[in-house]
Amino acid sequence: MAALTKEETEALIQEVLEIYPEQARKDRAKHLAVNDQSLEKSNKCITSNRKSQPGVMTIRGCAYAGSKGVVWGPIKDMIHISHGPVGCGQYSRAGRRNYYVGTTGINTFGTMNFTSDFTEKDIVFGGDKKLAKIMNEIEELFPLNKGISIQSECPIGLIGDDIEAVAKKANKEIGKPVVPVRCEGFRGVSQSLGHHIANDAIRDWVLENRDGDESFPTTPYDVAVIGDYNIGGDAWASRTLLEEMGLRVVAQWSGDGTIAEMEKTPKVKLNLIHCYRSMNYIARHMEEKYKIPWIEYNFFGPTKIAESLRKIAALFDETIQAGAEKVIAKYQAEYDAVIAKYKPRLQGKRVMLYVGGLRPRHVIGAYEDLGMEVVGTGYEFGHNDDYDRTIKEMGNATLIYDDVTGYEFEEFVKRVQPDLIGSGIKEKYIFQKMGIPFRQMHSWDYSGPYHGYDGFAIFARDMDMTLNNPCWKQVKVPWKTDDTSKVAVAAGA
Amino acid sequence: MALRQCAIYGKGGIGKSTTTQNLVSALAELGNNVMIVGCDPKADSTRLILHAKAQTTIMSLAAEAGSVEDLELEDVLKAGYRGIKCVESGGPEPGVGCAGRGVITAINFLEEEGAYDDELDFVFYDVLGDVVCGGFAMPIRENKAQEIYIVCSGEMMAMYAANNIAKGIVKYANSGSVRLAGLICNSRETAREDELISALAAKIGTTMIHFVPRDNVVQRAEIRRMTVIEYEPAAKQAEEYRQLAIKIRDNKNFVIPTPITMDELEELMMEFGIIDDVDESIVGKTAAEEAIA
Repeated sequence: MAALTKEETEALIQEVLEIYPEQARKDRAKHLAVNDQSLEKSNKCITSNRKSQPGVMTIRGCAYAGSKGVVWGPIKDMIHISHGPVGCGQYSRAGRRNYYVGTTGINTFGTMNFTSDFTEKDIVFGGDKKLAKIMNEIEELFPLNKGISIQSECPIGLIGDDIEAVAKKANKEIGKPVVPVRCEGFRGVSQSLGHHIANDAIRDWVLENRDGDESFPTTPYDVAVIGDYNIGGDAWASRTLLEEMGLRVVAQWSGDGTIAEMEKTPKVKLNLIHCYRSMNYIARHMEEKYKIPWIEYNFFGPTKIAESLRKIAALFDETIQAGAEKVIAKYQAEYDAVIAKYKPRLQGKRVMLYVGGLRPRHVIGAYEDLGMEVVGTGYEFGHNDDYDRTIKEMGNATLIYDDVTGYEFEEFVKRVQPDLIGSGIKEKYIFQKMGIPFRQMHSWDYSGPYHGYDGFAIFARDMDMTLNNPCWKQVKVPWKTDDTSKVAVAAGA
Repeated sequence: MALRQCAIYGKGGIGKSTTTQNLVSALAELGNNVMIVGCDPKADSTRLILHAKAQTTIMSLAAEAGSVEDLELEDVLKAGYRGIKCVESGGPEPGVGCAGRGVITAINFLEEEGAYDDELDFVFYDVLGDVVCGGFAMPIRENKAQEIYIVCSGEMMAMYAANNIAKGIVKYANSGSVRLAGLICNSRETAREDELISALAAKIGTTMIHFVPRDNVVQRAEIRRMTVIEYEPAAKQAEEYRQLAIKIRDNKNFVIPTPITMDELEELMMEFGIIDDVDESIVGKTAAEEAIA
């Protein structure tokens, strides 16, 4: 199917909006746009980070998801208490595939669920005493933990528990960081506020822990990787490249990360931000307080990797700049081979994305390296600074959708008919049943890493094996069904 | 007779618990089967009936046992003077947890366990002064109390509170069967108090069901953790509570209230000399500033 023109895309948006009642239509219209690369600021065309309308089947999460699930959860040597009833922690347990090295249950705790398991009596009488008891038990049962974070579920904010006081007391008793996080799920409009709250908790309870302590030997090449959650090993595939070019990665936030790395981060020379949405706050804070500059980078696909390596190297001396060129050259044969193998199989294929706060723009380059085109993209919980950064990455007249609703996404897909959709688990089966190849772009569909040169090879393979999978030929989609197969379906039913 | 469920609301400290327990004792004297459900974490709604300091509450027992599902009705239901059944929802110490949720949990428990049996003629909910959240409105939700009595006096804040409670009742009256059944004036001996409360009652669409005069025998009985009805049945005050009981027993005047605006309320108070005409020029002026002017 040929690409839509600007007018056709505009008409499509209008058509999809038509089904809504007037007020909802007015609201949703602000979240849907036709990309125009000439715009400098996205607020000219799109509104984001607003409350979802009731009934639209939004795909968003909550503040607790943003703090426990994204920012804090991957800190592997701390124990993160899901403070409140059991479900929030249990149904999100280990779901994000943040890989880590360690012995789970001994010195690392990433895939375990710790919860205060609130019942009626805890709501009525308050949970502070229980929380204090839990922390004592944690210390006794898991003595190698390096600290505790308290991730508030909704009731904590409603009943007014004083988790800060409990945290301070526990910190004195056990002599390890104890971090209270006020990430009650009802706060804000999506998981995005949870990221911000989690960043603020790091600022207030962790970052100053080693201020004035000069015992950590630093080098001029110290950097921190911020906003890489090591999904399927992403941070490992990224770290290698940075180290090979001569930098020293002091901290990984927060995939395969430790509390000690976080505490040492104020000593680095440069903060490298991968997921801007979830961690720009702490980067800005460190810039202000510790004068540490930060830059965004993108390790999806060889074009963006080379661009990013050079951009990072430009902030260091010639050794590092030469190192970056060496790294790019070293892997060239590898990624050329990947492109040579997969590009002919994927060339011209069209992709629609709908992910969280980074990938809707960051993976575009990787698809383009394989000759593919992203024709629609959008964020669950992005803000306008995310859309500012997206406009230039997307082609003119492509679709941009913010906090897309179940209905809109389906209708857009029906009309645009992409060859591949990259989104999450809640979207996956709808589109697969429509006969459209689908990749989960939150969890890499149990694959990965996708970052770095190593990740690109896996990314290319995964896209190919999904898109060109022979199973799709067996799926009879309604608009391609001829009469004989209809009979076959009916008989089968 | 079908079970009648009544809730007593009113400003904190106005005498809800004392009035309720005396009233309930008088109803029991008249041969009615009555239950009191205390809906206040302080758990002092039944002490005059049970001669107890504070009754063991549903929530404290539930916390001990693990959960409310582990409790039996007889653990929480105590019989006192003339067989009056007493139960306290209980709740946390001030400043922690969620007392409102305690009320909800306790009332659900009583319903599920069949505390509202066919033998009962009346249930009285004695609710904490301010309806601060949904939990304290629990007794007036669908299928619970249908009659609400507001205890008030001729003092300004008590009347403000009564009018505000009437506003709350409107919300639940429109979605259910709860009705305002009258104002009980618990006298503070302010000027023309009975007339004033009768006038307020008329404005919000109800009546002053009874004027309970002030009498020290109430305090003397309270020191003995008793109602006046039990402590000194021949006292004049006991007769007042009996009259209140008879009026409530025979009451048929259940209305959706028509709460009045602040201006109307102030006008009424001015009419009775409770407050002076509002002089806008003195609003926000300290004593020192006034002295200069």
